[in-house]
Amino acid sequence: MSATFTGRSAVPVFPAWRGQALDEILYHCRELVEDTDFPTVRRWREAGGKVVGHFQVYFPEEIAHAGGMLPFKVRGAAVEPTQAESRFGSYLCSILKTSLELALGKRVELDLFVTHPICDAARNLAGVWGRNLPYPCRILYLPQNPNSAFATRYLRDEYDRTRRVCEEIAGRPISDADLTHSIAVFNENRALLRALYALKCERPWQLPADDAYVLTAIGGLVPREEHNDLLRAVLPLLEARAAPRQDKIRVILEGAFCEQPPLDLIRAIARSCYVVDDDLLIGLRWITSDVPDGGDPLLSLAESYIERSAHSPVQHDLRKPKDRMLLERIERSGAQAAILMAAKMCEPGLEELVVHTRALDQRGIPYFVSEFEENMSSFDSLEIQLETFVENLLFD
Amino acid sequence: MDDTAKDTGIVGRGNDAGARLFREWFQGLSHAADEGRGAAYVFVMGSLCELLRVFDFPIVFPEINSLQTAVRRVAHEYLNEAEDYGFSPDICGYVKADVAVQLRGGAHPMGTIPKPALAVCTTACNTYLKWGEIWERMYGMPLFTLDVPGSRGAGLASAPGSGDFELDRRYVEAQLRELIALCERVSGVRFDIDRLREHMAHATAMNAGWARVLELNRSRPAVFNALSDGTIFLGVANGFRGTAEGAAYFRDLVEELAFKAERGIGTTIDEQWRLIFVGVPCYPIFRRFTELFTDWGGVFVNSTYLWFASGGANLGFAYDLARPIESLAEGVLLGVRDAMDSMFFQTRALAGMVADFAADGVVFHPIKSCRTVSTGLADTRRALMAVTDVPSLFVESDLMDRRVVSEAQMKNRIDAFFEGLASRRHQAAAATA
Repeated sequence: MSATFTGRSAVPVFPAWRGQALDEILYHCRELVEDTDFPTVRRWREAGGKVVGHFQVYFPEEIAHAGGMLPFKVRGAAVEPTQAESRFGSYLCSILKTSLELALGKRVELDLFVTHPICDAARNLAGVWGRNLPYPCRILYLPQNPNSAFATRYLRDEYDRTRRVCEEIAGRPISDADLTHSIAVFNENRALLRALYALKCERPWQLPADDAYVLTAIGGLVPREEHNDLLRAVLPLLEARAAPRQDKIRVILEGAFCEQPPLDLIRAIARSCYVVDDDLLIGLRWITSDVPDGGDPLLSLAESYIERSAHSPVQHDLRKPKDRMLLERIERSGAQAAILMAAKMCEPGLEELVVHTRALDQRGIPYFVSEFEENMSSFDSLEIQLETFVENLLFD
Repeated sequence: MDDTAKDTGIVGRGNDAGARLFREWFQGLSHAADEGRGAAYVFVMGSLCELLRVFDFPIVFPEINSLQTAVRRVAHEYLNEAEDYGFSPDICGYVKADVAVQLRGGAHPMGTIPKPALAVCTTACNTYLKWGEIWERMYGMPLFTLDVPGSRGAGLASAPGSGDFELDRRYVEAQLRELIALCERVSGVRFDIDRLREHMAHATAMNAGWARVLELNRSRPAVFNALSDGTIFLGVANGFRGTAEGAAYFRDLVEELAFKAERGIGTTIDEQWRLIFVGVPCYPIFRRFTELFTDWGGVFVNSTYLWFASGGANLGFAYDLARPIESLAEGVLLGVRDAMDSMFFQTRALAGMVADFAADGVVFHPIKSCRTVSTGLADTRRALMAVTDVPSLFVESDLMDRRVVSEAQMKNRIDAFFEGLASRRHQAAAATA
């Protein structure tokens, strides 16, 4: 059955947007991103496809895609972790609990779950998941010493291990030709996302942060071919969007590399500011340019992870000191201020706040700090504080 | 304890010698600080001491420094200082205590901690990396991350000699060679492979000693309390790894514990219950925490802490000195991977421990500070209950922060646990009567 799948389902899993005007397209995207029953994944499975769930932050989705499977980004959801709560201790971020809840409650059914040791809490996920769910759970050890001359070779071999696991699940070999095809699909996706972010930076009044977010997040929910179709259709509509430029400050949003703020929170920020860059779902945009064509495709993917990639608090790379990366993001995007966020109980995020605030203090760049949780539902207080922050800047 | 045992001078010397060695170690660190010598900062899960000693670095274990502030009941002062600096109450207390030590110029209750010349962290714990980045920013010294891949899933540890194992071992070996070059640059000391062999030989002796120490506690009564005595032994295993003193200490300790085992000499209490400890001790009330169990006759006969916090020395790995760097890579990979397995995939090991050590109960102690150890403990407990009928207790607190340690609440839970154990024993006795 799965051999008939080559990345694109015979029936689109997300057809609702097709043939619609921009506002309707964005409406359908918002509905899908906020749907905690993940209907696209269900449709894919109903059509006989297999699903590889991968936890934040980055996963080489090309490998699962090359096996004809749907790579699904496991990023928690706004659900009550009633079953998952008893599997974990206290003092834990929400995303771990709600991600497991999605699986325990069968909101999403997977054929393989892959996690990464991105933080002390998440590295326990494979153990917990594996003890509670019947399908294979694996840890992908992305290199934490990317500065080693051997790291690329190691990662290439680690990806090959992932390929072998995916072959077992897919029930068929994954050839270099399959991988090369998938890399091409994802290269197009990366180019489209870069175009989306370029528009958001250059003309943020035409692409508010919440719209950009849902258009990006769809990529973790549908086959990449469908995501490419969507972005190809939407980008010209956004370019032509008649939206007045407002007197808002340009900010970057930092701290959403793993747990995601609720869409309403992003929307609340967008009401006050132009978010010109961010690290929302940075894993979907991790590789910053095309993965080279030709040669060993796994080696190309590995090189790209190490040499042509973004940054996050959960990757240690001597070439990417966190304070400098933040300042570069601000400078590159022409931002006037930063919104620094940390998910509640997120240790790497909370540690990074110290680095970031000190770096910004030294440069005299204004910033706004807030903790968040994916399940939070009241933003009034935060919005008032943010408006005050913005007004102080505007009238300073 | 009988008079013969006392007269021999054997019993109790492990604890005495351990305390002495620790004092001397901190005195040595103070001297190094006075002389302005830069130290190698390392962590317990994969310290690489056997390699770093080749370059004459004073060795600093910030985790041990931090826990000492808690044991000496001053941790709150350090935590407050780090929180005033900007660190959240919700991050690792070890990190925050160390930040305060650094802000105080190395002032510590046991001496002065020298500044780092370099830091080496394995990837057994992600906080190691974030912690090291703090020193990087404070001092501008090199931070070397030794990336050690763990098991890819429960029961999936690749076997030495297999293709998958070799891939990981080669990665570790390549990094070790890069670390050697870095150490030469930082220390100005040329790498001497014979000195490496010497320190690896001591580490091998200590590994064997550590494994034997743990094994000897299968005796009934147990010859040491894994929570209290075990922590002293663990400190020496880490702080003196790769040294002649460390090797001699473990040779003597094995002799002491074997002596006790042969003569049926237990700990200082009348052993009623044999317990296994899972997690990290409650250092802010360390002595009292132990007493909450020993007052009921509970003795910890083993602990996952003694596995993972020894960096996997419990495996008793013996280095092959004929090919030292290759073997060091293999030993580090196996040890650190085992340490990780002891935290993330521990169900089978715990079930084995319960059987091997004839345990009456298992105490799970997750802590706020350490998500590496604590995140999966509730689920591990469920899994263990599914495969054994051993009673268990789940009690949360912290290893540093007394604000989240509720002694009264803890005592209630622990008392109820022992009452349950007693009731269970009575019922079993009645059923067989």
